[in-house]
Amino acid sequence: MDLPETLRYSKDHEWLRTEHGEAVVGITAWAADELGDVVFVELPEIGRKLGQDETFGVIESVKTASDLFAPVAGEVIAVNDALGGDPEMVNSEPYEGGWMVRLRLDDAAAADELLDVAAYRELIGG
Amino acid sequence: MVYGPHTPESREQMLAALDLDSVDRLFDDIPEAVHASGLDLPGPLPELTLSREMTALAARNRTDLVSFLGAGVYQHHIPAAVDSVLSRGEFYTAYTPYQPEISQGTLQTIYEYQSLVAELVGLPVVSASHYDGAAATAEAALMTVRATRRDRVLISRALHRHYVETAHTYFAAGTRELEELPTLRDGTTDLAALEAALADTDRPVAGVILGQPNVFGLLEPMAEAAELAHAAGALLVAVVEPVSLSVLAPPGEYGADIAAGDGQPLGIAPAFGGPHLGLLACGQRLLRQIPGRLVGRTEDLEGRRAFVMTLRAREQDIRRDKAASNICTNQALCALAATAYLATLGPHGLHDVAAAGAAAAQRLESALAKAGIERIHDAPYLNEFAIRVTDASAVHVRLLESGVLAGLELSRWYPDDPELADALLVCATELTTDEDIDRLVEGLGEAGA
Repeated sequence: MDLPETLRYSKDHEWLRTEHGEAVVGITAWAADELGDVVFVELPEIGRKLGQDETFGVIESVKTASDLFAPVAGEVIAVNDALGGDPEMVNSEPYEGGWMVRLRLDDAAAADELLDVAAYRELIGG
Repeated sequence: MVYGPHTPESREQMLAALDLDSVDRLFDDIPEAVHASGLDLPGPLPELTLSREMTALAARNRTDLVSFLGAGVYQHHIPAAVDSVLSRGEFYTAYTPYQPEISQGTLQTIYEYQSLVAELVGLPVVSASHYDGAAATAEAALMTVRATRRDRVLISRALHRHYVETAHTYFAAGTRELEELPTLRDGTTDLAALEAALADTDRPVAGVILGQPNVFGLLEPMAEAAELAHAAGALLVAVVEPVSLSVLAPPGEYGADIAAGDGQPLGIAPAFGGPHLGLLACGQRLLRQIPGRLVGRTEDLEGRRAFVMTLRAREQDIRRDKAASNICTNQALCALAATAYLATLGPHGLHDVAAAGAAAAQRLESALAKAGIERIHDAPYLNEFAIRVTDASAVHVRLLESGVLAGLELSRWYPDDPELADALLVCATELTTDEDIDRLVEGLGEAGA
């Protein structure tokens, strides 16, 4: 299972990469595998303010549809429009082309509260 | 085969496991006032006696009437091929299967239904169908709310009253608002009132709902309404009668974002108000907002054509409380009737049906005018219009006695509107003959209308 060391993880299977008070968010390779082939990702409007654990979108695969949760509080400053045409990037490259939103963090330190790779690996059982 | 799912023993076992002394305890949370009081049924009868009784009851139906009643349900000739297809055992079920891909034939008919309706309405996305026009209209109203994240919807008072009432029921709970738009003297929706309602930026509008033709049979200025709605960031819902779309502009052409309607005129006999068929279609942009299922065409591993349930992930069995609708069933058999009807008639045949109905309505108008009975509204109509008579209720009863169903008394739907106090809404279809028209006009004359 591909779980980069440098990322933080949430219990809802989102990953988060922080850069200068901003964070890029996507879902983990484990979550993408569980969903199966992703066919659609519904993303929020730019400028929307999200609280921690708030629903910011919906991810739809051939077999189900699940909510996407903000792992930390912040304002949406960019969304990955490329997923509109190529939603399968969530499966093929979950940590690069499959990113979903970029947030300006309310609290730059909030990400430290999230799981590190070892804790997340334990959560998913291996 | 035993159809009852539980035996007395299995009930006892389940009650014991739940530590309850009777099944009634499971309903303790439901207020006494709304408990069903049981069915008041007569005792059993021998088959022969029952058959005589039912035959006598059925004989009370007036199947001999010359009918000018439309008002949302329209009588058309249904080719024998439609019933022949419908009654095939492979299709004869009301449901879409829950293991759909095993039923390729059923999926193919739904796919063809979607394709034919898409062609009629001029919008690319069509659901696998809903209960009826009222349910489809209410779902369309909710789509506009979800898509715009606004909660105020404007609905024309000149839309079928049952649709408006159903939408009010859907909007009764919660914070969403449904407002009725007034009509002008010519019977069409007041666009100045629409513009004023849209201008209230403190209460932004999600959707505007108009009928085409409207409840009075009149043609609404749909393109202008679409322009006004879009300028205010709202969506336009066109509630259409499908046969008319072979001669009128399709909703996709005048900018409607959603089309809803009742598919009954497409090969489904008028029968005590049901079963009907709810048509619902939208543009690509609203694909994720449309409730119900979408069937698509693909290829299997060996490259053969196959049909699949393409979109159902937003339904209740998967999304629970976040589903697009709490109704996730459809009217597969009625959708099949519509498919068979449209396929049998073809585009030219459907055009002939609509054109013949419109021509009959014009002959009806002329014959009535010659007898001194005028239309109430000035706006153009297609095959249905309102007339004013003296004492509509009495006239309606007198004509019924002589075997003519003289349309709908509009005061039943608009009791507070003096304009419509003695109005009859009459309709013609390709079934309406010149003799029928003579009987209505003569009957109206004799009744002193």
